[in-house]
Formats: sequence, structure tokens, C-alpha cells
Amino acid sequence: MIFFGIWMFISLVSIGVGLYFILRNKFPHENPMWMLSRYMVYWVLIELFYRYFMQKLPVMDVKSLLAMPIKKSSIAHYILGRSGLSGYNAFALFLFVPFGIVLLSNGYPVLNVLLWLVSMLAIVMCINYVNFIVNKSDKAMIIIGGIIAILYGLDYFQFLPVKEFFGPIFHGLYQYPITVLVPITLAVLSYLINFNYLKNMLFLDASLKTKTKEAKTSELAWTKRFGEMAPFLQLDLKMIWRNKRTKAQAFISLLFVFYGLIFYTQDVYSNMVPMFAFLGIFMTGIFLSNFGQFIPAWDSGYYSMMMSQNIPLRKYLESKASLISVSVVTMFLLTIPYAYFGWDKLAINFGSALYNLGVNIPMILYFGSFNKKRIDLEKSPIGNMQGTSAIQFLIILPVLGLPILVFTAFYYLISVEAAVLVLSLLGIIGFALKNKLLNMITEQYRRKKYGMIAGFKEKNN
Amino acid sequence: MIKTENLTKKYGSQQVLNITSLEIPKGQSFGLVGNNGAGKTTYFSLLLDLIRPTSGRVVNNEVQVDESEAWKPFTSSFIDESFLIGYLTPEEYFYFIGDLRGRNKADVDKLLSSFEDFFHGEILGQKKYLRDLSKGNQKKAGIVASFIGNPEVVILDEPFANLDPTTQIRLKSIIKDLAAKQDVTVLISSHDLMHVTEVCERIVVLNKGEIVKDIQTSEETLKELETFFGE
Repeated sequence: MIFFGIWMFISLVSIGVGLYFILRNKFPHENPMWMLSRYMVYWVLIELFYRYFMQKLPVMDVKSLLAMPIKKSSIAHYILGRSGLSGYNAFALFLFVPFGIVLLSNGYPVLNVLLWLVSMLAIVMCINYVNFIVNKSDKAMIIIGGIIAILYGLDYFQFLPVKEFFGPIFHGLYQYPITVLVPITLAVLSYLINFNYLKNMLFLDASLKTKTKEAKTSELAWTKRFGEMAPFLQLDLKMIWRNKRTKAQAFISLLFVFYGLIFYTQDVYSNMVPMFAFLGIFMTGIFLSNFGQFIPAWDSGYYSMMMSQNIPLRKYLESKASLISVSVVTMFLLTIPYAYFGWDKLAINFGSALYNLGVNIPMILYFGSFNKKRIDLEKSPIGNMQGTSAIQFLIILPVLGLPILVFTAFYYLISVEAAVLVLSLLGIIGFALKNKLLNMITEQYRRKKYGMIAGFKEKNN
Repeated sequence: MIKTENLTKKYGSQQVLNITSLEIPKGQSFGLVGNNGAGKTTYFSLLLDLIRPTSGRVVNNEVQVDESEAWKPFTSSFIDESFLIGYLTPEEYFYFIGDLRGRNKADVDKLLSSFEDFFHGEILGQKKYLRDLSKGNQKKAGIVASFIGNPEVVILDEPFANLDPTTQIRLKSIIKDLAAKQDVTVLISSHDLMHVTEVCERIVVLNKGEIVKDIQTSEETLKELETFFGE
């Protein structure tokens, strides 16, 4: 957790510092502040969307306070105050404060910049408390997501100048210092709405009751064709779909399909062929590494049951392998449109997908046997580093580094074609040895079984 | 059916279980009682190969449990909530266990219908995930799941805790039935002396990891146990 925090801090601060210069360079004729303001509407919406997944409301923690001689209004203030101090709110500040400092050092008026920062803080608070209200329903999330997509679409295809419309509004916060009162009023207002709501809802059967969503029994009949593995596959699919952290991860993995757009469209990278190998391995293997690295910790909540039920360990592992295989194939299919940027991209992605299927799947399963840290599926995702240990960082080297290294070597020694061929061959060899490898991995899991069971039972890590 | 030989479990220098010899014949309803820390759950975990014995072995129907997985098809258990899968509905969970034990939906449905009384309308068709059920209802689901697939050995840790009185009474008759009519070896542990004496043909008392009493249940058993624990 600390590691993740430091990493976020450093990257946000450096973006904050660099932002001014990046904008200056890219748009030499425009004021960086103005450029930033144009995009702020997206920041607000995306942050709301993202918090839906990430931020868990600290309402449950006050159960024990209810029976004590403390006023309900103090408890409500406490809940809201605490969420105001949540780390998520700091993220935006890590970005804006350095940006503001750079502005000051470039001679921007002090009063305007400082009050602008106050406005940003107030907006963050607004987002925080609005999230409190909308977080209760999935619909809000879909609506926000929809608005983002529609606005961006309208903007992109130039139907409506969204940026031109919102730009002045946000820029006004900088230009006219007095307008700082607007976001502050909004923040106070959203706080008060929440406060009134909470105060009246502080009963065990009202807001403190975790919302139990109506459960839908699903059959997933199509998985039947996987034969003996079907029950496990169904279980994994349900797990991914019904738990926030896994669901968020699946979505994020899907989004990474667009990662290619960043690189393929830039001329700078057009000659950096090894970069494309990275993209290939990364895009087709994103789910593999995101999900795979925590196998079998995903099942930690009921691992002792899995180990005492009538489940051959091998079948359990095999089903994980097939789930990841499906994801690799899916991701590859989704990257096919990149052929638009040249057939070599398609070939590289194909080779990468084969390599992921044949080599990286057994590799990630093998490393999984070192997982001993529990994951509580019910806890909120990202920023949630539960289950993470040194393994998760070490694993990146062989999974991502190795194929890129191989590719690069053969690319410079021979040619792109040869490099793709080698990756594909390695994948096919791995595939041919699948049975042997799985047997070895099963043996490894068997040896580590007691340690895993004990580790997964420890709740605080 | 289940033979335990020179079984010990130590954590560091602390010995938590030491059973020289214990044999549980097929079809017996076997009760394990003892105070907290007596080693009941440790023993059950060793039976299920969830922890590694420091020495000795458990042989379940000729299969040494820490050497082969062949005991799994005929042994089932419910130790605690970690045997439930929180994000499944009870029905999905039962079918999943059914799949693992070679029973199709119809088989499982048939078995479940005979537990309608026991469920008391609180488990099936509730449109709730297991994680959202109350502790007592979770327990009901877990216990019934352990009956799926005609196991020969059923291991239940503290099955009576958290259950309401009606359910406790129903569970007692279910357990008696299993051992008497279906020749299932049932192992249960409990803090409730009354329940165990009523249900089990044989009661073993553990104290600090060692067997201190091994009683064939009779009229006097409850008194004997009460005197023992009262001291």
C-alpha cells in the first residue's frame, strides 16, 4: 500500500510539474491555463466515474458509535469529515498544487492562482460528496459513463463544441478570483445535503445496512461445452462479475485495448519496433497479468473448502488456464483493427498472443503458487493492494520483459518476421508441453498447499 | 472408517494436539467436546488435510489423507463460513457442490426438497447471495451442502451454534438419521453438551489436545460430562 501511495504521489506530482511545460510546447499559442480549463469538465466526470469503482463510503465503520452517548449529528459530521480527508481527494491536489506552483514561478498573478487552487479543492470536495449520493446505484455510474462518452463523441466529431462551452466556465475560476465562491458554495451545499440525509438515516436498518443487491441466479449454460471445467469457469465468471474489484479489473483490462492508439498514431514510435512487441504482449496479456497474478488468492475466502472438496487440484488450475486463454484470444481479436496501422502490427500482436497463451499462462500460474496473501473480494478495488507482495512486482520481469527481450534480440539480429516467428514458436512449444507444465505446476501447488491455506486465513495484511 | 495414529500437531514448541490412537467405525455418530483451545478444530482440519500433521497420520477408509486425494470423493465437511462462496446464491452453491460431486441439478433439487423443513423457507428462492444471509442461515446452507453426493463421512464443526431452536431440533434428527439409516459416519464437535449427548453414540472429550474421556453414550453421560466440565 505504501509503495503504491508513493508511486502515485511521485507520478502525480511530476505530471503536475510537467503539465505546464507540456501544454506550452504542444500549444505554443495558447495559454496553458486555458488549455487545462477546456478539459476540466472531463476531469470532473471521469473522477466521478472512477470513484464509483474505487471509493468505498466509510459508513459501516460507525456501527459501534451508535450505541455510545454521542449525538447523531456529531456522528454524521464525523463520517462526512472523514471522507473529506480520504486519500482520493489528495490525488487531484497532488496534481494541481505543483501545477499552481509552476504557474506562480512563471509570473502568474498570485491571488488568482491561489484562489484557483482553493476552487479546485472545493470541486474535489463536491465530487467527493456527490459521489456519496450517487454511489448508491449502478444507474448513476452508467449515466455518468454515458455522459462522458456522449460529450466526448459530440466533441470529437465536432457536433457540439463541448470544450469551448465548458472551457470559459472553468477558466473563469482563475480569471475572476471572486468566483471562488461558486465552487465553495456548491461544496458546502453538497455537504449539507449529505449531512441532512445521513442524520436521519443513522439507524442499523437504514443507511448502515449494506445494500444487498437482489441476487440473480444465472446458469451460464454456454460454459457447458467446456465439459468438466464448466463449473469452475462459471464460478470464475460469477466471481468477476459479482465483485467490485474483479469487475473493475475486467473493465480496465478491456480499456487497455485502446492503449495501442496512443503509440500507433505517433510518428515518434514508428521506428521503435520493440515498442510494438511490448504493446502486443501487453494488450493481449493485460487480463492475464491483472487477474492471473493473484491466482489463487481470488479464491482465498473459501480456499479451505476448495482444498477439501472433491476437486482435483489439476482441474482447478486447468480451468484458470482456460479462462485466461479465452481472455487472450478475446483481446487479440479486439486488437485486429490495428491492422489499419500496418500488417506488421497485426503479425506482432498475433505472435504475442501465441506467446502469452503458450508461455505466459503457465508462467503466471506457477508464480501464483507463491501467493499467500488473502484477498477479501468484498473490499473496494484499486488503491486496494490486498494480496500484493513482492511476487507481483517480480513477476513483471519474466512475463513482460522476457518476450520483449527475445523479440528485440531477433529483430536486431535478423528481422521483424524472424522475431515474430520466434515468439510464435515459443508459444507453440509451450502449448505442446502444456500437459507436462500443468503437472509440474500442480505438484508445486500441492507442496505449497498448507502455507496458502494458513496465509489466506489471515485477515489483516 | 477413520483411524488416527500417533497424531500430533505442534506450533513452535506448543503442542496443540496429541492423539495416540483413535478409531471411528463406519456409521458411527461421533461427538467431540472440549473447551476452547482443546484441539477440536485442529483435529478436524487434520482430518481434511488442511494443516500438516507434525507427526503421525490419519487414515480415512484406507487412504492416508496427507498422501493421496482419494478420500475427497466420499468425505464432505462444513467447518466454518470459509466453506461457503459468498458471491453465489444458495442454489448456485448447491449446484456447484453437486457438480463437484457428480450430481446433476435434478439430483440436487431432489435432495434439497427433503430439507425444506430444515430451510424453513429462508434459504431457497430468496434472491440473496450467501454473503448477505444471516449467520444462522449461512450455516444451514453449509450443513445441507455437506450432505450432497451421498458422502460416507460427514464432518461438521459446531453445527448447532448460531441455529435457532427449531432448526437445532431438526438438525438433531437429521444427524441421527444419517448415522442410523444411511450408515454415514458423522463427526461433530460442539460446546453444547446436551445436543451431543442426544445425537452421538460416542463422545470423546479433548482437553489441551489430549483425549481425556471416551464414552459410549448412555443415560448418565450428560451428568458425567457436566461434572467433568464443572470442575
